Amino acid sequence: MASVKEMKQTLFGPIFANNPIALQILGVCSALAVTGKMENTFVMCLALTFVLVLSNVSISIIRNHIPSSVRIIVQMTIIASLVIVVDQLLKAFAYDIAQELSVFVGLIITNCIVMGRAEAFAMKEGPVASFFDGLGNALGYSVVLLTVGFFRELFGSGSLFGLQILPLITEGGWYTPVGLLVLPPSAFFIIGGFIWVLRTYRPEQVEAKE
Amino acid sequence: MSKSNDTMSKTFTVIITLCLVCSIIVSGAAVGLKERQEANAAMAKQLNILRTAGVDLEGRAADQVFAERVTIYTFNLETNELTSRGSLLELDEAIATASSLTVPEKGREAGIRSLRAEIPVFAIKADDGSVSSYVLDVAGAGLWGMMHAFFAVAPDAQTIMGLNFYDHMETPGLGGEIQNQRWRSNFEGKKAVDDSGEVAIRVRKGAGDNEVDALSGATITSNGVDNTFQFWLSRDAYGAFLAKIREEGAN
Repeated sequence: MASVKEMKQTLFGPIFANNPIALQILGVCSALAVTGKMENTFVMCLALTFVLVLSNVSISIIRNHIPSSVRIIVQMTIIASLVIVVDQLLKAFAYDIAQELSVFVGLIITNCIVMGRAEAFAMKEGPVASFFDGLGNALGYSVVLLTVGFFRELFGSGSLFGLQILPLITEGGWYTPVGLLVLPPSAFFIIGGFIWVLRTYRPEQVEAKE
Repeated sequence: MSKSNDTMSKTFTVIITLCLVCSIIVSGAAVGLKERQEANAAMAKQLNILRTAGVDLEGRAADQVFAERVTIYTFNLETNELTSRGSLLELDEAIATASSLTVPEKGREAGIRSLRAEIPVFAIKADDGSVSSYVLDVAGAGLWGMMHAFFAVAPDAQTIMGLNFYDHMETPGLGGEIQNQRWRSNFEGKKAVDDSGEVAIRVRKGAGDNEVDALSGATITSNGVDNTFQFWLSRDAYGAFLAKIREEGAN
């Protein structure tokens, strides 16, 4: 069994030191698509956490029995099943959000973070370590998504979690929303800014010039 | 990974076991949650119909208010007859089993691909039991996909009382503004059809009398909304129902 220190490293490492979006640039598609509103972003983060943790744990449990010739298919089957379960749960318990997120929840299947962690970590390590690795990477993903969602909703719609913070000029207030932030590509700028700030504080993440 | 994992028999055993386990989990979730999901969908539909008609829920559940205030009908486009339906389930069944009609020219312009002979009509009752509005279910193609809306008409079968795009895929902030209360309220009080039964409401730039100004930055969406009305309010669709109400009076 790995030491507590290693577990901590596995859990907290992916948040800033080895962030899946900011350093590995994985899972960017959903970071663009669902970050227009904090509420959707939050639910998406929960959904990804659920899928990533469970897929990591279950793949890790059966890792010694997976034939290497079909390992990707095995991983995909497990991930796809979990994603369908999440989608069904959302439709049953958070119907309004499921309506808006449905397509993107389905796309968790193709989220590179989930496949990446299954292939790179869960195939080699035990279930407990894989659990923390899944949780850590999900947290790293969530930190970036929530940051992007925060800026996009606050400056794009003047609200946070649907609560109006900046009164919009169209509703008689003073704030003119930044239309660009409502559209998905604006997330590129915010992710770019996030990476810039992160690498300013952690210069070791800057890639060597080619 | 030991080498023995890669034998043919081991590979098949693992794959088949995995598929079985996964399919049990997936179908278990689908079947176990189905009732809740359907209840959610029905609740959302009822809520949307009531909102379109401007019914105040007074903090009560949508299905209760719906049961009290709404009578469900289907209007037959071939026989011009209204038939009462007991529930939303019965309504869906009646529409699904009705004969298919060829979509008229205007319908094709609005992006309608199939048209059933039975179309839904929801009559909303006021406190005194008289009809306060009719809610109609319309749809048309926008920029990214079909835009579905409920459309409320006063008992005079002319005055628009509300419009609610409950399902659409338009760009948030641009075409998505069709669901903005401020834009939708432009329709209220305007005439859906004129006295002779021709479609009167229009959506276009520089709107005149009885017209609604198109959304800026969303020309295709606005045209889609216009096409939706030009078809659904014509005599080939709800126009026939509205004409019948005008002749025979609300009841």
